[in-house]
Amino acid sequence: MNPWPFVIAAYAASLVGTAALLIASFASMRRAEAEAGKLRRDDR
Amino acid sequence: MHAFANPARFLGIARPATGWLLVLGLALAVVGVVGGLTLTPPDYLQGETVRIMYVHVPAAWLGMAGWAGIAAAAISQLVWRHPLAAVAGRAIAPCGATFTAICLVSGSIWGRPTWGTWWEWDGRLTSMLILFFLYLGYIALAAAEADRGGSAEGRITAIFGLVGAINLPIIHYSVLWWRTLHQGQSISLSGSTIAPSILWPLGFTFFGFTFLFAAAVLMRMRAGLARARVEARLRRASAQ
Repeated sequence: MNPWPFVIAAYAASLVGTAALLIASFASMRRAEAEAGKLRRDDR
Repeated sequence: MHAFANPARFLGIARPATGWLLVLGLALAVVGVVGGLTLTPPDYLQGETVRIMYVHVPAAWLGMAGWAGIAAAAISQLVWRHPLAAVAGRAIAPCGATFTAICLVSGSIWGRPTWGTWWEWDGRLTSMLILFFLYLGYIALAAAEADRGGSAEGRITAIFGLVGAINLPIIHYSVLWWRTLHQGQSISLSGSTIAPSILWPLGFTFFGFTFLFAAAVLMRMRAGLARARVEARLRRASAQ
C-alpha cells in the first residue's frame, strides 16, 4: 500500500482545519471590534 | 491571574500578543511540517506513515489541553468569579473542538495503512471521540445559556466544563487500562523512545500549533469582550 496518499491526506486535513479556525477567529474578532468601535464613535 | 481581571489591562497585552503568537506559530509550524515531510528518515516499522505523527500528536495534545483550560477557567469563574474566565472558556471551546477533530481525522487516516482499519472502538480512540462530543455539548450549552439570559457567565456551562475534565485522565491512561490497538506512550517528561532523527520536527509542530491555538483563543476572547461592550452599550441606550 502506497503510504503517501495517507500522509498527504492527514496533513491536508490538519492544515485546512487549522487555517479555517484561524480565519474564522480573525474574522469574528475584526467584526466584533469594528462594531464596538463604530458604537463608541457614534456615542461621541 | 488576577492581574488580568481588568479587561482593559488584558486587552493591552492580548492585542500585541496575538500578532506575535501568529507569526511565531506559523514559522515554527512551517519548519516542523517541511522538516517532517522531507528531512526525516522513514520509520523502520511504520515507514513513511510515521510522518503523520507531526500533525497528529500536537492535535491530540491541544484537544486535551483545551479542555484542561476550560476546566481551569471554570474553577476561576466558580471560585474567584474572575471576570474573564467565562469569556476564556467560550473562546477555548471551538479551538479545542477543532484540534480534537483534527486528531480524530489524522488518527483515522494513520490507522488505515498501519492497523488496516479506519476506526476501532479502542480505549484511546473512543475517549477522544467522547472529548469531541463534550466540546460540542459545551459550545451548545454556552450558546443556549447566552440566548436564554443574555449572560455570558452561565454557571451550568462552567460546571459542565469542570465535570467533563474527568475524561482527561481516562484519555491519558486509556492506553494502559485497555491494551488494544493504539500504541502506548512514546514521549513522557522523563524522555522519549523515538529516535532523535525522527523526533526533532515534533518539537517545532508542537510549539507551532500551540502558539497558533493560543492566537486563536486570544482572537476569540477579544471578539467576546468586544461583543460584551456592544451589548452593554445597547442595554444602557435602551434603558435611557
